[in-house]
Amino acid sequence: MKRKLEISELIFKIVSYTLLTIFALCCLYPFVYAVSASISGREAVEYGRIVLFPKDIQFQAFARMFGDNMFWNAYSNTLFVTLYGTLWAMLTSILGAYALSKKRLLFRKTFNFFLVFTMWFSAGIVPQYLNYLATKKVFNAVGIMDDKWLVVIAMGMAAMNIILLRNAFEGVPSEIEEAAIVDGATEMQVLTNVFIPMSKSTIATVALFFAISRWNGYFWARQMISNTNEQPLQVFIRLRLEQYTDADYLAGWNEIYASDSVIYALIVCSIVPILIIYPFIQKYFAKGVNVGGVKE
Amino acid sequence: MKQRAADFLEFDKTKGVYRISPEQAVRDDVEKHYWKHVGLTIVKDWRLYLMLVPMLLVFLFWRYFPMYELLSCFKVPDQVLPVSQQFFSGFSYFKRLLFAGDSLSTDFWRALRNTFILSFYGLCFGFPIPIILALFFNEIRSNVARSIYQVLTYLPKFMSTVVMTSLVTMLVKQGSLTSGMGIVSQALAGLGLVSEETAMSGLLNRPEFFRSIYQISGIWEGAGYDSIVFFAAIIAISPTSYEAAQIDGADKMAQMRYVVLPSILSTIVIMLITRIGSLLNIGYEKVLLLYNTNTYVTADVVSTFANRNGMGAGGAGTGIAAAAEMMNNVIGMLLVIGANTIARKASNTSLY
Repeated sequence: MKRKLEISELIFKIVSYTLLTIFALCCLYPFVYAVSASISGREAVEYGRIVLFPKDIQFQAFARMFGDNMFWNAYSNTLFVTLYGTLWAMLTSILGAYALSKKRLLFRKTFNFFLVFTMWFSAGIVPQYLNYLATKKVFNAVGIMDDKWLVVIAMGMAAMNIILLRNAFEGVPSEIEEAAIVDGATEMQVLTNVFIPMSKSTIATVALFFAISRWNGYFWARQMISNTNEQPLQVFIRLRLEQYTDADYLAGWNEIYASDSVIYALIVCSIVPILIIYPFIQKYFAKGVNVGGVKE
Repeated sequence: MKQRAADFLEFDKTKGVYRISPEQAVRDDVEKHYWKHVGLTIVKDWRLYLMLVPMLLVFLFWRYFPMYELLSCFKVPDQVLPVSQQFFSGFSYFKRLLFAGDSLSTDFWRALRNTFILSFYGLCFGFPIPIILALFFNEIRSNVARSIYQVLTYLPKFMSTVVMTSLVTMLVKQGSLTSGMGIVSQALAGLGLVSEETAMSGLLNRPEFFRSIYQISGIWEGAGYDSIVFFAAIIAISPTSYEAAQIDGADKMAQMRYVVLPSILSTIVIMLITRIGSLLNIGYEKVLLLYNTNTYVTADVVSTFANRNGMGAGGAGTGIAAAAEMMNNVIGMLLVIGANTIARKASNTSLY
C-alpha cells in the first residue's frame, strides 16, 4: 500500500521535472539563439549553421545599430512615453481608486459600473481610431504638436488596474484612517500617509503593469505618431524588420554580417534593459494580484 | 420590510394626538429634497469627488466617446459632419456584411469564423497548460530550483508583441538562394514534421500553419506567467489535506482529483470567465504583425478586417468597419455576461 503510494508520487515527480525542464529550455532557447545570431558571421547566419553557440564572432551588427541615431531617438521616445505615461496613469488611477474605495461615496455603484462596463464592451479599433484622430486635432489646436503627449495622455488606461488598486485600498483597516482623521489629517494626507504606504505592494504591481504596457505599446503609436523622430522603439523595430526582410533592399547588402544579425541585435537590445530590472520587479508580479475581487 | 405606524409616529402626551416623529421628519425631508441633499453631501466632501474627476474624464473621452463614434455603423459617412448629424442609413451595412454574398461579405464571414476558431483553440490549448505547469511547479520542493524554473518560464512574457513576433518571424523565415531558412523551420523539416519545400517557402506564408504558429507562440509567451495565479491557489492548500488523503490511501492521481482540483476550482472558474470574456477580443496586434496577404484565409480576424477597411485608404469605409466591430463586440459582451451568469448559478463563483 505504502509502496504503491510512493511509486505514484515518484512517477509524477519525474514526469513533472522532465516536462518542466523541456518547457523551460524551449522558453530560453530563442533568446540564446538571438544573442548568438546577432554576433555571428554572415555565412553562418545566412546558411543557418548556428545552433546554439556563435560562429565567426563579429560585433559590427551591434556597432551599426549603436551608430544609428534613429535607434537612440526611438529609445529615448520609449523612455519618455513609459515614464510620463506611467506617472499620468498612476496619478489618475490612485486618486480615482481611492475615491471609489470609500463607502460614503455617493453613486458608488454607478461609478464602478462606469469602469467595469469598459471591460465588457469596447468600441473597437476603428471608432477608437476616429476618436484619437479627433483628439489629435484638439491637441494640435491647443498647441501640443508632439504626438507623444497624445500617446501619454489618451492611451493605456485600464479599468482592471483601477479595480486592483480599489480592492487594495478597501483592505486598509478603517480604524487607521479614523485615527489619522482624529489627528487632523486632510483627505489628501490620509491618502499619501496612510493608504499609499499601506498598499505599497499593489501600487508597485499596478505601476509595473502600466509601465510594461507603455513600453510595449506599438499599434496606436504607429497609427497616431506621424513624425518619424517621435516614434517609440517598438515601431522602430518593426519598421527595421520590414526593411531588412525586403528583398529589394537586401539585394545591395554588402557587409561582413548578415542583415538578420542586425534584427537580432535590435531584439537583444530591446530585451536587455528588461532583463536587468527583471530580478527586482519579478516578485511584484506574483504578489498583489487579487483576481477574485472584481465584484462590485 | 413592512413598516408599522409606531416606526414613524409618536404619541404627543400634552396634546393627546399622534404626530410624525422628528427622525421621520428628517427622512421625509431627505426624500423630498433628494438632489439638494446630494448636492450638499458633495459640496461638504468635495475633495473626494474632485479626486474622481480625472479618471472619469479619461474614461469618458477615450473609452465612451469611441462608443459614440461606433454609431457611424448606422450612418452614411461624411467627412465634414459629426456622427450625430450624419444621414441615418439603418442596418444597410449589417445587411451588406451578412447577406450581400459579394467578396466583402465572404471576407467578413471568414474573419468572424477565424476569430472564433483562433480563440476557441486558445481556450482548448492555451487554458489548461498553465494549470498543468502550476501542478508541476508544486512538485518541486527546492525553492531555488523552483525559482529558476519559474523565472525561465516567465521570461517570454516580458517581451513586447513586436519583439515576440519579430523573433517568430525570424525563426521560421523562408529560405532563398542566398540564405537558409529559420532555425525552427530547419528543425521541423529535419524531424519530418513539415516537408522541405514547405519549410523553404516560409511557414508564415502558408495558411495551414498560421493557427499553429499563433497558438504555440501564445503558449510559449504566456503559459509560464499565467500559471502564477494557479500556483498561488495550489500552495495555499494546507499540507494536512494531502496527509489526510494519503492516510486514506489516495495515490497521486486521487490526490489531484480530490484535494487539488476542488481547492483550485474557483480560481479556474474565474480565469475561465476572464478568458471567455476576451474570447472575441483576441490580440489583433499579434495577428496584424504575423499575417500577410498569403495567410488571410486562416489569419484574418474581425479586428484586422476592420483595420484594413476602416483605417487608411482603399478600404470599404468606416461605416462597414464599425458595423463589423459592433457585431464582434456585442457577441463578446453577451459571451462574458453569459459565462458569468452560468458560473454564478453553477458554483457561486463569479467575476463581476
